[in-house]
Amino acid sequence: MGNIPLHDVAVVGVYNTKQARSLEGHTSRTITVEAIRGALDDAGMTLSDIDGLCIGGIGSRAFGYEAGLRHTWAANGGLVGVSGVLEAAAAISNGIVNTVLIASGSAGVYTQRESTAPWTRPSNEFVECWGLFTAAEFALVARRHMERYGTTPHQLATVAATIRNNGNINPGAVYYGRGPFTPEDVLNSRMIADPYHLLDCAMTSEGGGAMILTRADRAQDRPKPPVYVLGGGMEGEGPAYQHPPSYDMLDETGVGAAKRAFRMAGITPNDVDVCEFYDNFSWEVIRMLEVFGFCGQGEGGPFVESGAIQPGGKFPIVTDGGLMSFSHSGNVQRLQRIIQAVRQVRGDSVVNQVPNAHVAITNNGGAGALYTDVLLVGDQRP
Amino acid sequence: MTIEAKPQLPVPHPTPISQPFWDACLRHELTVQKCTSCGKLIFIPQDFCRYCFTETLEWVPSSGTGKVYSYTTVWRPQTPSFEVPYVVAIIDIDGGYQMLSNVINVPPDQVKVGMAVEVVWDDVTDTITLPKFQPRQA
Ligand SMILES: [Zn+2]
Repeated sequence: MGNIPLHDVAVVGVYNTKQARSLEGHTSRTITVEAIRGALDDAGMTLSDIDGLCIGGIGSRAFGYEAGLRHTWAANGGLVGVSGVLEAAAAISNGIVNTVLIASGSAGVYTQRESTAPWTRPSNEFVECWGLFTAAEFALVARRHMERYGTTPHQLATVAATIRNNGNINPGAVYYGRGPFTPEDVLNSRMIADPYHLLDCAMTSEGGGAMILTRADRAQDRPKPPVYVLGGGMEGEGPAYQHPPSYDMLDETGVGAAKRAFRMAGITPNDVDVCEFYDNFSWEVIRMLEVFGFCGQGEGGPFVESGAIQPGGKFPIVTDGGLMSFSHSGNVQRLQRIIQAVRQVRGDSVVNQVPNAHVAITNNGGAGALYTDVLLVGDQRP
Repeated sequence: MTIEAKPQLPVPHPTPISQPFWDACLRHELTVQKCTSCGKLIFIPQDFCRYCFTETLEWVPSSGTGKVYSYTTVWRPQTPSFEVPYVVAIIDIDGGYQMLSNVINVPPDQVKVGMAVEVVWDDVTDTITLPKFQPRQA
């Protein structure tokens, strides 16, 4: 294999603030700043070590000014998540910047509880007037898969119960101690948008998170072991929540992204130790297992009932409870999936540590959002 | 059909590109853009063709009939201005394009993938009429 520039980049610091349904006394700004301080501590760095910024909410350049930080690079469109990490990693490996701080947070945003959370109901012209919101959009994709392959509500519920049980034992999760759950509990929760019950859907919460990436040669002898970017890929069909989420358009969205990521890493799905998927809705995890190559197309339903995704299984998923149980605050959850992948590879996951986890896969997006971005991280520099 | 003001419901805000579509809806005519170069239908409205990247689009009548491609019955409304349950669907419109809409005038538990439907009009305000779909009458 030839030289892959992204392999010269490592994650050296990660941090999640307290997550809660509602964070009293915090704003999106204050919780983001708290996350930044935590990630700097984790990396053994100060702001003076940072020369690149990808900051949600406050904004990269605004934060740079307010922190008195001359920066040589600011994210141009990458989200605080897989796309931002890949954009930052590309800039680092090309010598544009040395060390990038990625952070975001939300607090005090979701106050009208009689409506769905504001970020779930964008006011797009050919969507909003028919009463759509994210759960309905994602339900429309899941339904076609169920029709085509016979995927069952119980299989969807198995995914949700697995993830929620992981969060149930995570003291940092918003829904810590709220389980355990059986698939039947999920099926018995109230219907949101058929086939999605309440417990099939991501929760809504508040919190912050941050991460620091740097050149591999600057990643050594830090407080925590470096976790390397092994590979990544992105794939999209268009903007989310503006067009019909048609499964025939979306059934392979992410296949190419995963192939590129695995090829770059020089590994296959069989080499993955833990799957920190983006669990916005239960069926989406079934689709990810298929499009990333963990099982065949249409086989995701039986696969999730095989035990493979459980703690101790071959491909444990969403070990911290994810968007369903750990936290989902509107944007930083994209980064928090990567943070959990990094923790697993470092061996310091708060719960469900996979023994000898060397390689983790994580992703953002989903069929209902018309894009899928994939990231592979590992403890060995390829 | 009586015009009932429902100001609390979200209504679309037409753009210069979509205005002809909404104007036709006011006349209870479902229209769609057709590319005169490649013959394909394009929805939602654009200013160039999705399939051949020419700008030779014209507005033509839509069949207004089709089949339910996928659907969901919503029990947790987007906002309280929507009465639950309501059915959101992707409709495969005869002629070859898809649109999001509601399926109405049928109990939600009778909506099925593949169900034949036809357009029906919901005059929401003086300036907006929404196309919705109902089971196709024999
Ligand atoms: Zn054309």
